[in-house]
Amino acid sequence: MDALTTLTSRTVVLPIRDIDTDQIIPARFLTTTSREGLGAALFHDLRFDQHGAEREDFPLNDPDARDCRILVAGNNFGCGSSREHAPWALLDYGFRAVISTEFADIFQNNAFKNGLLPIIVDVDTHNWLLAHPGVELRVDVEAAQLELPDGGSVEYPIDAFARYCLTQGIDQLGYLQKHSDAISSYEETHACGG
Amino acid sequence: MAAARTLLDKVWADHVVVPETAAAPAVLYIDLHLIHEVTTPQAFALLRERGIAVRRPDLTLATMDHSTPTTPVSSFRDLAVVGESAANQIRQMEENCREFGIELYGFDSEHRGIVHVIGPELGASQPGKTIVCGDSHTSTHGAFGALAFGIGTTEVGHVLATQCLLQRKPKSLAVNVSGRLPDGVTAKDLILAIIGEIGVDGGTGHVIEYRGEAIRALDMEARMTICNMSIEAGARAGLIGPDDTTLEYLAGRPRVPQGADWDAAAERWLGLRSDDDAEFDRSVSIDAAKQQPMVTFGTNPGMVIGVNELVPDLDDPTFRKAMDYMKITPGKPMSANAVDVVFVGSCTNGRLSDLQQAADILNGHKVADGVRMLVVPGSQQVKLRAEELGLHRIFAAAGAEWRESGCSMCLGMNGDTVASGQLSVSTSNRNFEGRQGVGARTILASPATAAASAVLGHVADPRTLN
Ligand code: SF4
Repeated sequence: MDALTTLTSRTVVLPIRDIDTDQIIPARFLTTTSREGLGAALFHDLRFDQHGAEREDFPLNDPDARDCRILVAGNNFGCGSSREHAPWALLDYGFRAVISTEFADIFQNNAFKNGLLPIIVDVDTHNWLLAHPGVELRVDVEAAQLELPDGGSVEYPIDAFARYCLTQGIDQLGYLQKHSDAISSYEETHACGG
Repeated sequence: MAAARTLLDKVWADHVVVPETAAAPAVLYIDLHLIHEVTTPQAFALLRERGIAVRRPDLTLATMDHSTPTTPVSSFRDLAVVGESAANQIRQMEENCREFGIELYGFDSEHRGIVHVIGPELGASQPGKTIVCGDSHTSTHGAFGALAFGIGTTEVGHVLATQCLLQRKPKSLAVNVSGRLPDGVTAKDLILAIIGEIGVDGGTGHVIEYRGEAIRALDMEARMTICNMSIEAGARAGLIGPDDTTLEYLAGRPRVPQGADWDAAAERWLGLRSDDDAEFDRSVSIDAAKQQPMVTFGTNPGMVIGVNELVPDLDDPTFRKAMDYMKITPGKPMSANAVDVVFVGSCTNGRLSDLQQAADILNGHKVADGVRMLVVPGSQQVKLRAEELGLHRIFAAAGAEWRESGCSMCLGMNGDTVASGQLSVSTSNRNFEGRQGVGARTILASPATAAASAVLGHVADPRTLN
């Protein structure tokens, strides 16, 4: 996983609540056995019409939005399925952070594990961001701060361990494996599985 | 005296390998890892890359359900119907299980089926266990008093390699359901009403424990329907305290303890129930007696109304987007909508009692002209039992299709899809845009409501057909 310490980008805004993982990446793209190249399927049925042409009114299709690394979305982003293909697709497309007022639990977990930063902001900040697409933001991951264009900044909540892994590019499997002695002694003293 | 504890507290405490601190989550032991073909290939690839073995193949249960055909498969040639990349995924699953020594309930097994249907059927889903799967509807197994939740593919890799997960303890939400459900109102209607009440993010960060007289009165299959859809309220998991109904269901199943071990397990399991004075972080109360058959009208399970109520009208971009997609008129009753497809199946409503409910409505009736009805059993065992009871003949006589088990039209990965623009009444759990196929418009309902809608050709109250 690539470490993420700071991020500066303009935003692209999807002002819709409850964007589910089926919208982020439809199920028919899940027959892959790889995690590469899923950006092409990101928001597929919102981005393209049934003939495969880009829908002009979809925010990601705005030529000015192409190189944005920060997505601002409505409340409860990523609800639905546990498919990790959702953060894989967002990352492959080029996003490194998503801002909302709330994230679905499994999506948030999956995002952190892949170096995609979910940023939870208060309703006022959120409303301002929704109303101002394309503004440039700076994220200081270590300080858990979102710096706004007016020079102000807001702190966002983030799990200490998730932040540590993100800023150091830590692989959590390696971390878990270090506990193998504790796992073995747990297995010796418990009827695991029974 | 020890402090009163919830079921969640007890199961959690039993599985902590390393306690959580402010700086790091707990290392939590996993008793049962369910795996399927869609969310595992990348995890096995990582194990292979790093030369890591599967730590506990004996605690791993594998099947194929998501991208599998619902037409008979006797050789790999029969996989052609699902397309090359899905067929490849299925072949890879067989290979991965062989290489890593995991028992696979594959096409040759009479125990194959949707992962959340076969776990309970085999008696592998037991009270007090921690159960995970790369699938959000793992919450289903919570009906047994197991802490069961969905994980992503990276975490699937963690469990394969270490049999553990890094987790912080979720909060608890009690949903107290008093009274009894009226006749003709099912568990599906109740859980849709609960989601409508607390919202699709109402359970975020929480594990829901369903409690109260109405829950106690439900059989295990109905309880699974309830816990299954906990994730649609955003909850990590759903739980129901083990009781005599739980024990009756599990007794004698292949994977449960037998003899004296059974007696000991049963006693331990009953002790897992939340203590009487245990405190929950939040609680909500619902009156079962006031419930009615429910149908969704929008593009998430929280957009739900009574089958005879009028579709609301809201001035809000998310609501407008949903209505544009669904082509449903606000202010009108749902019965104004003609139906093209009816799907009975999925891990929510693909068990024997669900098929029985649909058959009871269909018996002596025909599926309306122009409506396609697909009945897909949740597992091969469900299929077998349904055929023993002659349900397949009722479906056939009514003009419905009877298939092999699998996820099928719940997510349309195997070629069973709803065509663009068509309206589907489905007993599955998600009415998201495109869930059943590009442009498919999905209405979620109970098996009885789905069957009644098939007969009448429009969204219908099943109580009018009895
Ligand atoms: S039936 Fe549907 S919800 Fe259940 S596991 Fe299969 S795809 Fe997921």
